[in-house]
Amino acid sequence: MRHISKVLVGAAGFAAAALALAGGQSDEIAKYRQLLADGNPAELWEMRGEELWKQKAGPNNVSLEQCDLGKGPGVLKGAYAELPRYFKDTKKVMDLEQRLMHCRMTLQGLTAEQASAQPFSATGKASDIEPMVAYITSQSRGIKMNVAMSHPEEKRAYEIGKKLFYYRGGSHDFACASCHSADKQRIRMQDLPNLTVKADAQAAYATWPAYRVSQGEVRTMQHRLNDCFRQQRFPEPVYASEAITAVTMFLARNANGGVYQGPALKR
Amino acid sequence: MKQLKTIMAIAVLLCGGSAAAADKYAQEAAALLKADFKSKGPATLERVTEQDEAQKACSSATPLPAKKAKALEEAQLKTVKYPADGSYLGDWKAGEKIAQSGRGMQSSDKVGDPNGGNCYACHQVSKEEISFGNIGPSLYQYGKLRGDSEAILKYTWAKLYNAQAFNACSRMPRFGHNGVLTEQQMKDVMALLLDPQSPVNK
Repeated sequence: MRHISKVLVGAAGFAAAALALAGGQSDEIAKYRQLLADGNPAELWEMRGEELWKQKAGPNNVSLEQCDLGKGPGVLKGAYAELPRYFKDTKKVMDLEQRLMHCRMTLQGLTAEQASAQPFSATGKASDIEPMVAYITSQSRGIKMNVAMSHPEEKRAYEIGKKLFYYRGGSHDFACASCHSADKQRIRMQDLPNLTVKADAQAAYATWPAYRVSQGEVRTMQHRLNDCFRQQRFPEPVYASEAITAVTMFLARNANGGVYQGPALKR
Repeated sequence: MKQLKTIMAIAVLLCGGSAAAADKYAQEAAALLKADFKSKGPATLERVTEQDEAQKACSSATPLPAKKAKALEEAQLKTVKYPADGSYLGDWKAGEKIAQSGRGMQSSDKVGDPNGGNCYACHQVSKEEISFGNIGPSLYQYGKLRGDSEAILKYTWAKLYNAQAFNACSRMPRFGHNGVLTEQQMKDVMALLLDPQSPVNK
């Protein structure tokens, strides 16, 4: 119920859908999804993200419009469907959140600290990163995931990501694979995708980032991974780190061929 | 014949090469874990970077070969500490609370707060709780089906203490061995499973 009122406050345009839900029907999420089929609250984040993208900012007072996400400066269409990828200028494989941080530093002149400040919004503290990620990813909607492994560094990131996926540790001996390497498994009532098979990996990866009904926010891939690692009883991953890029590379590559559908709507 | 030898030689080289590469990736992954994760609350970095024998053996995409699995099970069985006072059964009501709670040892939890067992995350336990997972088998009527002989008490205790004593690389946490549950908490969970008054056995 809390999330519904949040949507009402945050997005008057969706009020009708939210009100229709207030009847307390079963299978709330499925209905919610259906009602909002033509209007995901994530659209508000996409619009805000576009503004931020085009706004002059930082010590250099320039926009991010010339940011090269892998398909050339300023090319957004389909860029996310090919990330993570190797970038010649940094000689590194980078995922979207890393690359966005890089552009904010190199183009706008922000420090690393400034460019990675508030990666996830919290009560009273909005994030600029979440809307920008929503905007960038929305520009790949309808495009098939096509992550390459042609560069040796891309292959290396994938293989390290795979090792991290199967790495067991911590107080509970968990790995990512503990929950995500077998078909049709559940934690409580929550279905778990088998991220080692194509269909499940595609369905899962191609719908992040997502507007999370339970949080009333658009959450990015790193936010999703952080929460997995938390439940795995692992320590906290550093934002935009190489380890996160490696795991993302493993997941994204496994999702190749799936049509990108984010930012989506999730529980 | 000469061709075959050449092919075999190449195959040996390739296999050796890929094993070495896999090893290198494992080392790089371990280095990244150290560099890119930070201890927070009870979820410390050392707990993850310093893998024990079982964690190391079970970190592969391929299942453990039968012989190694058996050796691991034998070694894990030796770690089991049975209750000092010889009594196995606590309070099933406290056990139910432990089975429901998914708290503990997460970066978001407080250091020193009691841990849950989160049994329902993976198992059906009582019939009343319909929100349960399916990673582990149903435990409904666990005691009713097995009775409470000394052998069953000891086996169940050991399974909770160290699941890998019977099933190498089991995805079930080693609750006693890893100090996730205290001896008293384990007794309470034992009662949930085995006490005839427990909803599990109704």
